[in-house]
Amino acid sequence: MAEVNLIINDQKVAVPEGSTILEAAQKLNIFIPTLCYDPELSRPASCRICVVEVKGSKNLVPSCAALVREGMVVYTDSPPVIEARKTILDLLLSNHPEDCLTCGRNGDCRLQDYAYLYGVRRGTFGGEKHSYALEDDNPFIVRDMNKCILCGKCVRMCAEVQGKNVVDFAYRGFHTKIAPAMDTTLSQSDCVFCGNCVAVCPVGALQEKGLRKSARTWEVKKVRTTCPYCGTGCNFDLNVKDGKVVGVTSCAGEVNGRALCVKGRFGYGFIHHPDRLTRPLIKKDGVLKEASWEEAINLVAARMGAIKEKYGPDALSVLASARCTNEENYLLSKLTRAVFGTNNIDHCARL
Amino acid sequence: MTNPISDIAGADFILAIGTNTTESHPIISLQVKKAVRNGATLVVVDPRKTEIAGLAHYHLPIKSGSDIALLNSLAHVIIAEELWNKEFVASRTEDFDAFKETVARYTPEYAEKITSVAAQTIREVARGYAGAKNATILYTMGVTQHICGTHNVFAIANLAMLCGQVGKPHSGVNPLRGQNNVQGACDMGALPNVLTGYQSVAADEVRAKFAAAWGVKELPARPGLTVGEMMEAAEHGKVKGMYIMGENPVLSDPDAGHVVRALEKLEFLVVQDIFLTETARLADVVLPAASFAEKDGTFTNTERRVQRVRKAVEPVGEARADWEIICAVARAMGYPMNYSTPAEIMAEIARLTPSYGGISYERLEKGGLVWPCPVLDHPGTPVLHVGKFARGLGKFHPVEYVPPAEQPDEQFPLVLSTGRRHFHYHTGTMTLRTGALEVYYPEEYLEVNPADACVLNLENWEKVRVVSRRGEVEVRVCITDRVPAGLVFTSFHFPEVAINKLTNPVRDAIAKIPELKVCAVRIEKIA
Amino acid sequence: MSQLVINGQTVEVPEGSTILQAAERLGIFIPTFCHDPGLPGVASCRICVVEVKGAKNLTPACMTAARDGMVVETESPAVIAARRTILELILANHPQDCLTCEKNGDCRLQDYAFYYGVKSSRFEGERHTYPIDDANPYIVRDMNKCILCGKCIRTCAQVEGRAVLDYAYRGFRTKIAPAMDTPLGESDCVFCGRCVTVCPVGALTFKSLAGKGRSWEIKKVPVKCPFCEAGCDFHLNLKNGRVIGVTPQPPKPGRPLCLKGRLALELLYMDEPPPPYRKENGKFVATGWAEALDLEKLLAKISQGRVDVGRS
Ligand code: SF4
Ligand code: SF4
Ligand code: SF4
Ligand code: SF4
Ligand code: SF4
Repeated sequence: MAEVNLIINDQKVAVPEGSTILEAAQKLNIFIPTLCYDPELSRPASCRICVVEVKGSKNLVPSCAALVREGMVVYTDSPPVIEARKTILDLLLSNHPEDCLTCGRNGDCRLQDYAYLYGVRRGTFGGEKHSYALEDDNPFIVRDMNKCILCGKCVRMCAEVQGKNVVDFAYRGFHTKIAPAMDTTLSQSDCVFCGNCVAVCPVGALQEKGLRKSARTWEVKKVRTTCPYCGTGCNFDLNVKDGKVVGVTSCAGEVNGRALCVKGRFGYGFIHHPDRLTRPLIKKDGVLKEASWEEAINLVAARMGAIKEKYGPDALSVLASARCTNEENYLLSKLTRAVFGTNNIDHCARL
Repeated sequence: MTNPISDIAGADFILAIGTNTTESHPIISLQVKKAVRNGATLVVVDPRKTEIAGLAHYHLPIKSGSDIALLNSLAHVIIAEELWNKEFVASRTEDFDAFKETVARYTPEYAEKITSVAAQTIREVARGYAGAKNATILYTMGVTQHICGTHNVFAIANLAMLCGQVGKPHSGVNPLRGQNNVQGACDMGALPNVLTGYQSVAADEVRAKFAAAWGVKELPARPGLTVGEMMEAAEHGKVKGMYIMGENPVLSDPDAGHVVRALEKLEFLVVQDIFLTETARLADVVLPAASFAEKDGTFTNTERRVQRVRKAVEPVGEARADWEIICAVARAMGYPMNYSTPAEIMAEIARLTPSYGGISYERLEKGGLVWPCPVLDHPGTPVLHVGKFARGLGKFHPVEYVPPAEQPDEQFPLVLSTGRRHFHYHTGTMTLRTGALEVYYPEEYLEVNPADACVLNLENWEKVRVVSRRGEVEVRVCITDRVPAGLVFTSFHFPEVAINKLTNPVRDAIAKIPELKVCAVRIEKIA
Repeated sequence: MSQLVINGQTVEVPEGSTILQAAERLGIFIPTFCHDPGLPGVASCRICVVEVKGAKNLTPACMTAARDGMVVETESPAVIAARRTILELILANHPQDCLTCEKNGDCRLQDYAFYYGVKSSRFEGERHTYPIDDANPYIVRDMNKCILCGKCIRTCAQVEGRAVLDYAYRGFRTKIAPAMDTPLGESDCVFCGRCVTVCPVGALTFKSLAGKGRSWEIKKVPVKCPFCEAGCDFHLNLKNGRVIGVTPQPPKPGRPLCLKGRLALELLYMDEPPPPYRKENGKFVATGWAEALDLEKLLAKISQGRVDVGRS
């Protein structure tokens, strides 16, 4: 494909024809703020925070949608650009709750990032603010439409990735709002609680219920892993605070991208459930009683050994697990064949 | 799967057989939906009106257990109308003539009688599949959990070969695995007849290689017992000791009553798990294992991608990783089994397993690897059978339709089918303890068609007794046309509705998969 | 030794320990604002109150001695209710400014508000509207955010001959200020910055870091000042691998944490150190590094010891 040459902030760059100014800037590691833009979704270019100055053009142009042209000269941080961005932020903050104090997205919020970056302390336009009720009636997602900046990413994520069309823009003007059909709650809609809309929301309007009430964004360590449920093998980040898994967030998964299903995203609670087994148990007089590891392991070895001795190796059998790791299944096969001396090993994959 | 998940979105034609993809494999279903948005034709073969069936251009509400009749009939049309890929069949397959002869009898009109799918629909679907540039077939337990499960899979493979829809992108024969590491457990030789990478225990050189690596004189040559056979052997006193790691057969296996009887007859049962499952309660020793978040390791997904599992937190209480427990047991039995990390175990696996030969933790840090990956600089093999089948020529296996083992009759007039729900997983040990999923979806129900409900005089959400020849459970009724008349459906996620007390343990003769998708039941009102 | 029970757990501590210390030994968290192990205790903020069995009132854990046989609850409903009320009272007169506040992410008021789920205040009333004091190159004072814990006063008093800060006015108008309520730049302040390091909220912040990064983006690397024998401890503040500022670590006895040391470290570690200033006639003017660090004097001192070795 043909290359197009342009100049951004006095630096030269060549990108394939059809690229946007934003993509060209990213190639130069020049930062341009975005709110409604997402590389995986369609581009409405509606938030205007990504505007840049193009020499010779009367108006500022949205860099996420404007395509590069040969010889273009672009400024991403000129005074008019900064002025425009500040105005947009001021407008957004004028109808935004001052709630970072306890907001679950504090520390990982684009509105906050840009307000800090451009030094916009608060909205100055005054006027009416929304006072929508918090939607908190399901165990997965909390929706606070007062914090919504109407970027529409959730709408596009639900439609274009999740293929559900659960949420959409409703009403008009000041009353414009993101809502399921008939403005019901998610739990009364077709929502499958994949939480993929939450994963793309740039602010605290959509939050993971469990995660955001148990940890602040800067307190968690993220550990990338693979989902323990179905065979798709989605990747995600376990969010860990004080040695406990407090939630799951999307990462750039190889199989799944940022998309997860309700089990992968919200099904982590079993890890620290009080029902977890914490000590070996040995049955005495028909009742399982706590025992030490040494006692338990020695008993297993002695009894399995005795059965092998008395009836031969094929009196032993082993069920491996479709839930355990490869390494563990391998070792169990090794134990069965090399130590027990039988091929009686299978697992429940047939189910 | 012969092809990667990401391939699905690029297919022109998708034949989804017996897969409730949106609920059981939600993320894979996103690829299907994407393909449909891009203009692909979607055909869903499922007795139930699932969400994915709602998106389909053709929904074939086939009679449970009649898949072979349908698949053979599709092949019949394709051959009769000369739509098959002659070049592919000639150069890459064998035994075509036998196959052609078998399917000759399966005219769409004949198949209509067995499957209750209209002959005209069969014709249209056949033409669509054969005419597509890239057509993919997806299937799951809806195909395999039948007495003829293996034959069903043969019938699918026959169709794909007939049209040359394998060995190239966006096509293939793609079983979607239900559990996170079914693929890996099989790859690792957790099967009675093979060692890692499907190396046969019957082959002398294979056994010699493993015996040398494992430091033992010899390894057993005779293939062992499958799960079902183990349970039978236990009941008959032939198997005396059993070691179960991370499985809950009491709830997941058919005819649960029989499983409990078998396990109770054992002289010694060890269960290693993260919860005190229904199976663990029967054990003599229960060993507390670490969960996936508490250990390092790898899972292999349904597209054969080996991916890292990483330790995020310490195990609860005194729980230990399964691999550590196994090592301790081996040592206590006088066998030196010592590894300091799972990475070391993977290195050993790679040395002994050609298809995993190039896999190492160091490489996995950079991302997953799709086997076959024989050597360290091999990029992995997302698409199988390109240019050549693993065995050389693709073999047509002619198969005939056989009806399900248990047919509805006067005493048990309804067919019960089981499956999964979107909000839950397997026997519910994990998903019923999340503080979220079970809150939203707290109780299981039985789907019953309005016509049947009317005959039986059932009310929505009424609690009923479901009875089969093997057992009974109580469950609430949900009256819905998601199921056709004559069929009822529920899941096996909830211990309170231990539906496998009812199911039929009769197994497919080859793969030994039980017929969980069809058993005859009746519904009784609870006075 | 005294043995006591806290939240059902038994613990032994040496005679003279506080309940707070006993709880720390058990890993039980008790919030504090005005308490600092390096400063004299005042028990004025009351956020650390706990319930002691048999006692009529809640008692501050930071000052109450742990006595033998005591039974303490640190998170009982009464305790939580008290803490929530304290937080609500503070927030009633606190700007909701976390959006761009430099302390966001490392602020005790915010931590406790989140922990106890106090989003806003029931008590609406008058709010302060003090002007922000940033008329000096080093420290920004926003007294609207001050919670009057008094830590800055106590730490300043520990500096030889300083005690620049103190409480001024009374009641609602109580405020921390230098003598005569002048801006800091016009006071005797030597800008060692120890008050900033002990401030639990965003009332005192470093000007050099303003707008440069948020607490969660900054990695702190400890360094020792090589300038004098005291060897004070500082933090290099790194963002994306670049040193964006130098800040003193919480003061320890006998460590002056002087401005000169901090500036020298800025010169040593930063790619673009901020220009140094010197105070002339009560005004700060930009100056050269040699002057700021008194290098002339240092050079003069070294050159005295210089020996003429000739050239041949
Ligand atoms: S959404 Fe962002 S800006 Fe709004 S309250 Fe939450 S953290 Fe602050
Ligand atoms: S949770 Fe999923 S289905 Fe529900 S609105 Fe969000 S994206 Fe759509
Ligand atoms: S809820 Fe979030 S993602 Fe959706 S429009 Fe509002 S701010 Fe954007
Ligand atoms: S997130 Fe959902 S779709 Fe993905 S692997 Fe887990 S259970 Fe399967
Ligand atoms: S001092 Fe703390 S609570 Fe106050 S605005 Fe700053 S960060 Fe928020």
